[in-house]
Amino acid sequence: MHEYLIILISMVLVNNFVLAKFLGICPFLGVSAKTETAIGMSFAVMFVMTLASVSTWLVQHWLLQPLGLEYLQTVFFILVIASLVQLVEMIMHKTSPLLHQSLGVFLPLITTNCAVLGVALLNVQKDLSLLAASLYGLGAALGFSLVLVVFAALRERLDGAPIPTAFKGSPITLITAGMMSLAFLGFSGLVKG
Amino acid sequence: MSDLWIPVLVLGGAAALFGLLLAISSKLFKVEGNPLEEKVDKMLPQTQCGQCGFPGCKPYAHAVVSGEAEVNHCVPGGERVMLQIADLMGVEPKDITEEAAAPMVAFIREDECIGCTLCIKACPVDCIIGAPKQYHVVIASECTGCTLCVEPCPVDCIDMLQKPELLEHWSWPLPGTARADLGHERREHHHAT
Repeated sequence: MHEYLIILISMVLVNNFVLAKFLGICPFLGVSAKTETAIGMSFAVMFVMTLASVSTWLVQHWLLQPLGLEYLQTVFFILVIASLVQLVEMIMHKTSPLLHQSLGVFLPLITTNCAVLGVALLNVQKDLSLLAASLYGLGAALGFSLVLVVFAALRERLDGAPIPTAFKGSPITLITAGMMSLAFLGFSGLVKG
Repeated sequence: MSDLWIPVLVLGGAAALFGLLLAISSKLFKVEGNPLEEKVDKMLPQTQCGQCGFPGCKPYAHAVVSGEAEVNHCVPGGERVMLQIADLMGVEPKDITEEAAAPMVAFIREDECIGCTLCIKACPVDCIIGAPKQYHVVIASECTGCTLCVEPCPVDCIDMLQKPELLEHWSWPLPGTARADLGHERREHHHAT
């Protein structure tokens, strides 16, 4: 139990995917202009990352390792995640249109985003159990969501701030992201590894 | 050399399998139209009266789902329908702007009718019978009281009368009743031809 809690805290705060591992930067910068869309994106990421962790764990341990094909990991994981997300999106569209309306647009955007693939590959590298792997994925997604929503709120405030013309737009966004990353460094002693 | 066949077969096989799976499910979970729109349409009373400012219940449902219209424009549906739609769409309920009038039915004064067929074209539920240069008549039991036929009449021979509704014919102007189903069916037919 203790071990799982450590995984979650480590993924959310210490080894945050965006700010410590620098994965998933494109949705982090692209979908953070409005808090509302950032929240929608967060839920989509949580869903896809957990799904990806579980499915790639199964593929790795039941298919690739018995056949000795570990070197196919990257290609195979992309294949599995992409088709699975596509399938879930179709089923969601049919069975729950409201959920699809709020999540659906984001799903294809992050299908094989580097953060999603990163979770799958790191799971294999760390040789985690199935439960730990899915928690690892969920934790990474929670960390991503936290940072994304906080960043979106910051950016909404920046819109009204008196920023020098030269820094308006992308420059101030990148500087803010860098400063957030520095702030999150403060958590680094919390969990080892 | 023969070792090469296993990964090629595994990867190719998996790709083909996923492709097939996606192709089948895209047929299986094909979504006709907008499912949310159909849900809203089902909640409306199907009078096709146009009092919401849209030409019929289905166009209003489309406008509500796409965010062009508020949820409170259905006059015959009243507060009950408004609350249902607001609940489905996840928006705040709004006040009803117009109260539903007493049930009306169109009546054509036959001695003044010149048989121009303009009201026949205007009727959204096809309940006016007649031919060019012949008297027209309204099927009172099918008339939804929408007043759409009054304006196009060149000789103003259409009156809106209080509906002398018999108890055995009476039904709520609500979704799911025989009257609503009939109204829906007749609108489809009116627009198909």
